[in-house]
Amino acid sequence: MESDYAIEAEGLRRTYRTRTGWLRPRRETVEAVRGIDLTVRRGELFGLLGPNGAGKTTTIKMLNTLLIPTAGTARIRGFDVVEQTREVRRRIGYVFGGDRGLYDRLSALDNLRYFAELYGVPPRDQRRRIAELLELVGLTGREQERVEGYSRGMRQRLHAPEVLFLDEPSIGVDPVAARELRRTVAGLAAGGTTVVLTTHYMAEADELCDRIAVISGGEIQALGTPAELRSRADGRRVVEVEAYGVPDTAISALRGLPGVRETSVEDRGALQLLTVQSDAHVDVQGDVLRELAGIRLGRVDSREPTLEDAYVAIVGAA
Amino acid sequence: MRTLRTLLIGTVLRAKHLSRSPFEVAMALVIPLVQATLAVYLFRAGDEPHRLLEAAVGAGLMGVWASVLTGSGGAIQHQRFEGTLEIIMLTPRHPVLVILPLTAATAVTGCYALVATLLWGRLVYGIPIDLAHPLAFGAATLACIAGLGMFGLLLASTFVLLRNANALANPLDYPIWLLSGMLVPISVLPAWTAPIAAVLPTTWGARALREATVGGPVWPSIGICLALGTVCLVLGAVLLKSFERRARAAATLALA
Repeated sequence: MESDYAIEAEGLRRTYRTRTGWLRPRRETVEAVRGIDLTVRRGELFGLLGPNGAGKTTTIKMLNTLLIPTAGTARIRGFDVVEQTREVRRRIGYVFGGDRGLYDRLSALDNLRYFAELYGVPPRDQRRRIAELLELVGLTGREQERVEGYSRGMRQRLHAPEVLFLDEPSIGVDPVAARELRRTVAGLAAGGTTVVLTTHYMAEADELCDRIAVISGGEIQALGTPAELRSRADGRRVVEVEAYGVPDTAISALRGLPGVRETSVEDRGALQLLTVQSDAHVDVQGDVLRELAGIRLGRVDSREPTLEDAYVAIVGAA
Repeated sequence: MRTLRTLLIGTVLRAKHLSRSPFEVAMALVIPLVQATLAVYLFRAGDEPHRLLEAAVGAGLMGVWASVLTGSGGAIQHQRFEGTLEIIMLTPRHPVLVILPLTAATAVTGCYALVATLLWGRLVYGIPIDLAHPLAFGAATLACIAGLGMFGLLLASTFVLLRNANALANPLDYPIWLLSGMLVPISVLPAWTAPIAAVLPTTWGARALREATVGGPVWPSIGICLALGTVCLVLGAVLLKSFERRARAAATLALA
């Protein structure tokens, strides 16, 4: 029975057990996902946002049948991801970022023929769909070349999935190709495909997603539209300071300042970018600069919070 | 029909993929020469020069087995590393349709090892390729490919489950060579090995090839090789389904 929801997950948990050593084995248990509930409507473009190790990929792999949840249930279009794998797999596509996931010693045409066959695309439709797809990704005329060095993201289009999982698809992709990718993803969602996207890129999530779940520590910390998430940082003000060689003690001191809610540091080569979020009614800029006295500083800026600031606030509070 | 088509296309494309690996190509060039040399010197030393062709065929079959075993283990491990194992296991077909072409392709490319061993034997050591039943030899070769491919599937099912598939695959080379009588006649082995040898498709494939080379009832051996291969296929299919589920529970389809 097909459901009106594309995805329904209740209490999803996943634990990994590792064992190292033979004579005196050391066992470790890692709780990657600690109880995730979510529903995604058909045709929705849903974002999963979170730092490394937050549990995004594990969540996606439980939803796309690659991992069996330690606890909880999930259904794709009403089909259980543990027991009804074939029904689920008929309806989903999965693309992950990076350079893996294709047979690079085969041509694009051979890769597409192989996956068309594995996805049960009728032989009479294969030629047409493969031609359409090559046209879509701009590879017409180059289909006989080996995949080594090609862009990605074409295989799953072959069987027109109802639910498409994209795990950091734009990682390592140049800005022009990333824009092209965003356009394709938006086009798919507009055509009725449900898309679940994990990303590190705030702008990408902001531009594409109808709703975003922020995951940290294996749990959903916030869930809403990009505008709703941005409003989490309402009533705040952000001071950004470019600095060189800020000691940890100075950062701790900044965190202790009255009115400061969040402090983060991003290394950009020799430069460090300090982002200090504070209550909007407290002007912390003077205090911040006083704490950084004696440290070489660059640009200092005070601005309204963005989605990224909201994200930092949510993850920081987790 | 659709199933056969999937298997055939899968096998052809997998064989194409294998044949484009510089490592595989280098191994395919060198190993048959080494096998042929070993066979020739072993039998010359044993003062049985009339059995040189038989030895070369046995050595060639060792090459087919090595290709199936290390090829399947290596291919699954490589796919695990490349992330393609997850992608192919995620397709909505029975895992047999995904994995069998992989092992069948290694048997097909391994068949080249058999031909190359015979050719090296002919060119370098002057062993005449004088087959008792040339037609049956062709049929026995095809039966070996099918039988070994299906036996490979049974082993591959465990490679899907275990992260260190290579560690399991490599040591299996030699026992199967010995037990199946590829180089040493089974009759010289201890009696307790006979029941094990009798249930291995490789034993009957090797026997069929030997009978086609020196004379003997080839077809019953071909039949038994294929029958045992089919048992491996059915068993492999059941295990693959169960191991796939266990791999999803144990998170061993990917390395990370």
